[in-house]
Amino acid sequence: MTAGLLAAEWTKIRSVRSTLWTLLVFVVVAIGFSALVATVISNTWNNPGNHPNHVTLVTDPTAVLFGAGFGLGQLAMCVLGVIVISSEYSTGAIRSSLLAVPRRIPMLTAKALIFALLDFVVSAVTVFAVFFISTAILRSHISITLSTTGVTRACIGGILYLTVLGLFSLAIGGLIRHTAGAIATVIALVLVVPPLISLIPGTIANHIHGYLPTIAGTLVAQTSEQSGDVLSPWQGFGVFCLWTVVLLGACGYLLMRRDA
Amino acid sequence: MAEPPGLIEARELTKRFGDKVAVDHLSFNVEPGRVTGFLGPNGAGKSTTMRLITSLDRPDSGTATIGGLGYSQLTKPLTVVGALLEARSVHPGRSARNHLLFLAQTQELPAKRVDEVLDLVGLKEVANKRAGGFSLGMTQRLGIAAAMLGDPPVLLLDEPVNGLDPEGIRWVRNFMRQLASEGRTIFVSSHLMSEMAVTADHLIVIGRGALIAQSSTEEFIERSSERSVLVKSPDATRLRELITAEGGTVQADTAPAGNGEDKNGDAGMIVTGLPAPRIGELAASASLVLHELTPRLPSLEEAFMELTADSVEFGKIEPGKTAPTTAESGTAESGTAGTPTAGTS
Repeated sequence: MTAGLLAAEWTKIRSVRSTLWTLLVFVVVAIGFSALVATVISNTWNNPGNHPNHVTLVTDPTAVLFGAGFGLGQLAMCVLGVIVISSEYSTGAIRSSLLAVPRRIPMLTAKALIFALLDFVVSAVTVFAVFFISTAILRSHISITLSTTGVTRACIGGILYLTVLGLFSLAIGGLIRHTAGAIATVIALVLVVPPLISLIPGTIANHIHGYLPTIAGTLVAQTSEQSGDVLSPWQGFGVFCLWTVVLLGACGYLLMRRDA
Repeated sequence: MAEPPGLIEARELTKRFGDKVAVDHLSFNVEPGRVTGFLGPNGAGKSTTMRLITSLDRPDSGTATIGGLGYSQLTKPLTVVGALLEARSVHPGRSARNHLLFLAQTQELPAKRVDEVLDLVGLKEVANKRAGGFSLGMTQRLGIAAAMLGDPPVLLLDEPVNGLDPEGIRWVRNFMRQLASEGRTIFVSSHLMSEMAVTADHLIVIGRGALIAQSSTEEFIERSSERSVLVKSPDATRLRELITAEGGTVQADTAPAGNGEDKNGDAGMIVTGLPAPRIGELAASASLVLHELTPRLPSLEEAFMELTADSVEFGKIEPGKTAPTTAESGTAESGTAGTPTAGTS
């Protein structure tokens, strides 16, 4: 892979409007919902019903700060990850790409690297923006800073989770190649499957639930380990990375085998 | 390798899509410095062959090389082969300039080359407009700009004039001729015989994925169909007897204009097996008046229809009994004419 390939993938990703729109939705939803939740908690602080939130803000503050905003906002990053590759197929641009770069693995690698970099930078800015805005809103009630135990790791973990989530989505986009089908699959894996699995009683189901990609992946964005966790934060992140690497490998293999 | 850089060689290329054989042991050479037409009815496998040459599709067996190398072995393929494929290949949301820019970057070409090719195809004014808003003609020009980006010695053009207006068609034709005169290899597919008759020097004809003929355009026309002579005379009956006695074959002219009798009351006759001068001599010796004596060269269209009649997809042909008959007769015919075809070169 060469600098030219990376430059080409950067040109591709920056020259379509969908990139800007999905990233804008990601930032606005993440910051907007987080700020909204923080404001509501702050305004109803003395309401007795708010007690559970107070407890969580002490034991796992980032779960409250990030939960609402990124729970929804992450879907925009999933969508971008999928369309970065699936739109090449739906529009036929993949033919131009592969005529220029017939060796397909370098193209996929360059694409994944450039998208991961963009995802990482945008996520970093957004995670810290959410953190500082939300903590500022709650300042009069509770002090949460980057030096609070586990908070810095949780912030960095959140950024890494969002970056790997993008690559996870890109892999599924490359495997399925149809935008709508791939987005539906990613959203099912992120939002639908985990609560369904958790409905099954028993420890085996509990372990399966713990190893699901986004359940394992989000552990690293928690400030501290919770009682029901099957994995430690970094173990969980490792499991999520493994899922993603396997899917990217399958994506690369099929990219080589399939006709464009 | 001692291969000329612009030589395209296909050897026993085969591609199946499920049960359907799209390309069937296809072998041919495309030489530099001329326009080679790739002719066949719709569904004959022309586009698939082009996709196999450019490694977009993987062949089930056989090879295709350019200057001795497979497409995916080329380090900067756009500087060797420029391809305009029939299907859409541009993101509609991306501007023409950005489309060409990313392609240039993959080949480590300078960004100013993008402006050069935009100028070459006349898209400079709309360079920053989204390609999705382009007309068919403009899209085709953008495709040609992309193909010319790396100034390649080889160009593959799949149905480049499809859907273009007359001005666009003329532009593409002249462009191809000019590129061939510069010594490049031009391989252009079409299902339109008339188009190939005016642009191609050489023809590769396929039907149902198999080679039917490979020869120069003129040779193809001459060989494929018997020459005939259109004769009109007020003494048609007597003349007919004379011609038949000489060994000629006479048929009534069934062309639309020659239906029955013309305004002079002449019935047209199509004579095969006798050259026009001999017919004239016969008429003169019997003092018969001739109103018309026209040697007719079959059109490329007729020659093509004759050759591919049995191999047209969805044509009246028994399943299981496919192209071989046509392919064999085509090969045999070109073999006798001394033109190398599959496997003999």
